[in-house]
Amino acid sequence: MTDDAPSPYETPVTIAPVLRYGVLFLVAGVVLVPLVATALGGFKSLGELRVNPFGLPAAWEWENYWGILASSRYWQLMGNSLIIAGLTVILTVAAAAMAAFVFVHVRFFGATFLLNYLLLGLMFPAATAILPLFIRVRDLGLLDSYWGVVLPQVAFGLAMSVLLFRNYFRQLPAELFEAATIDGCGYVRFFWYVTLPLSRPILATTAVIVFVHSWNAYLVPLIMLNRDGLYPWPLGIMVYQGEYSTDWNLVLAFITLTVLPAIVMFFAAQKHIVAGLTAGATKG
Amino acid sequence: MAFQAPPWLRFVTGRVGPKAGVALLFLPPALFLFTLFVALPMGEAAWYSFYNWNGFGSPTQFVGWRNFDLLFANRAFRIALTNNGLIIAVSLLVQLPLALGLAMLLADRVRGATTFRLIFFMPYILAEVAAGLIWRFVYDGDYGLIAQIWGLFGVEAPHLLADPDLAIHAILGVIVWKYFGFHMMLYIAGLQQIDRNLYEAAHMDGATGWQIFSRVTVPLLGPTIRLSVFFAILGSIQLFDLIMPLTKGGPSDSTQTMVTYLYSYGVTRMRIGFGSAVGVVLFVICVAFAFDYKRVAMRHD
Repeated sequence: MTDDAPSPYETPVTIAPVLRYGVLFLVAGVVLVPLVATALGGFKSLGELRVNPFGLPAAWEWENYWGILASSRYWQLMGNSLIIAGLTVILTVAAAAMAAFVFVHVRFFGATFLLNYLLLGLMFPAATAILPLFIRVRDLGLLDSYWGVVLPQVAFGLAMSVLLFRNYFRQLPAELFEAATIDGCGYVRFFWYVTLPLSRPILATTAVIVFVHSWNAYLVPLIMLNRDGLYPWPLGIMVYQGEYSTDWNLVLAFITLTVLPAIVMFFAAQKHIVAGLTAGATKG
Repeated sequence: MAFQAPPWLRFVTGRVGPKAGVALLFLPPALFLFTLFVALPMGEAAWYSFYNWNGFGSPTQFVGWRNFDLLFANRAFRIALTNNGLIIAVSLLVQLPLALGLAMLLADRVRGATTFRLIFFMPYILAEVAAGLIWRFVYDGDYGLIAQIWGLFGVEAPHLLADPDLAIHAILGVIVWKYFGFHMMLYIAGLQQIDRNLYEAAHMDGATGWQIFSRVTVPLLGPTIRLSVFFAILGSIQLFDLIMPLTKGGPSDSTQTMVTYLYSYGVTRMRIGFGSAVGVVLFVICVAFAFDYKRVAMRHD
């Protein structure tokens, strides 16, 4: 039996193609219509939006989009989000990879306890401790700074990342480590020159998960930031919606432009993202 | 076996082996950040929850269990608990079957499967805030798609999100829309690991399609289903970001969840003690669920 000619039993369901594609197109429609309507809505005048929220705009009003793209506000939000997510990714990946390396290669009294201690972080969301977290960040003088958002995000992202790294590092052949030790290679050099280069897939996957979480995060920045100039885009878009609440065409254009980088990134790196987000889940 | 000094002791006595060295170099950043920003705040939440405190100075006004008594007597919090229950129910009874059904339709090499998978997964990568605002537009009684559909029948559209009876149902729809793709991807990954010969064998033994599904597919998919249920429940308990752009918990608290309640009654009013009590309840629910579920449902996985 070749791959090109699937036997009727190869599929988990036998179903008429009409029915199969009927269902698939229906669901795809429900998923896509709000998204497409949002992007198109940004091209409409407010009056047209009221009578024609679904369809193509009668006259394409580019100024909604150009106005936002020409404003410093949009770029500032994107910049803030990028800085916060970038710092979060770098710190999370570095701290988690180092810790996971120790848990895999160094046996010492209390190692299991420390690992379980870190993995407790998988069990509950940041929301549970958000008020004491606010007090702590305030007392450290980090309110209204990037670090006040980054450090808590790193701390809450560590558990998942340590787990992913540990599972991957463990699968690397142990002979490598023995050979390197005999050749006089120390732990730190082994980590840097052997473990990390061999772990590119999991580094990319983890980085993507952490980046997406930070890029989309709302609660922690909402609590820690009060100055508009530091807002990442989820906060900024809520403020924008509050200001232009009845000008849905502007709000829709703004939503489209803020979501666009994520959609583009999704299609560019979809293998990593799908594998990352679902693998991150299944290994958790 | 000779006495082995623990690493920290050897560090103190100046004889640091390479093992202790790397542990002392590599572990502290993660442990420090986790302790400072996760473990300690969680402990402090338990401590603060027994105080009446506005966040300034140090907590001195000890009130015992009063914050918890107030909480459970509070109407809005009971609505929040009910809503969280409702969200869990819809996630399990509507979202997961839908995800499994679509996964079954897409698991094998049908034409266009990759494209459909990507489309269905797209809402999941969208930020909750953006998804919430998009649906706020969809539900808008004046401009939205719902208004348009109602208009076709010549009826004035209801303002779904402004109606205390309907708002939570509107939100449930958004939740299914946002998250079914994630669960579908889990199921597809699970389905691809099932040996196809089993389907053939079952078929040759005369099993009907439904029998194959219920006796072969579902049992073999067990670990994936249990995992997906786990994420659906834990995610439902924590729901916050999606509610804020839609209703912020209103109208008249009808769409509160535990976390939006924590935000509106604890954070915005700076009632640190009361808010911490909400956090503690949330923590206990999450951890009790996670432990029990792992012990009971996932013990063989």
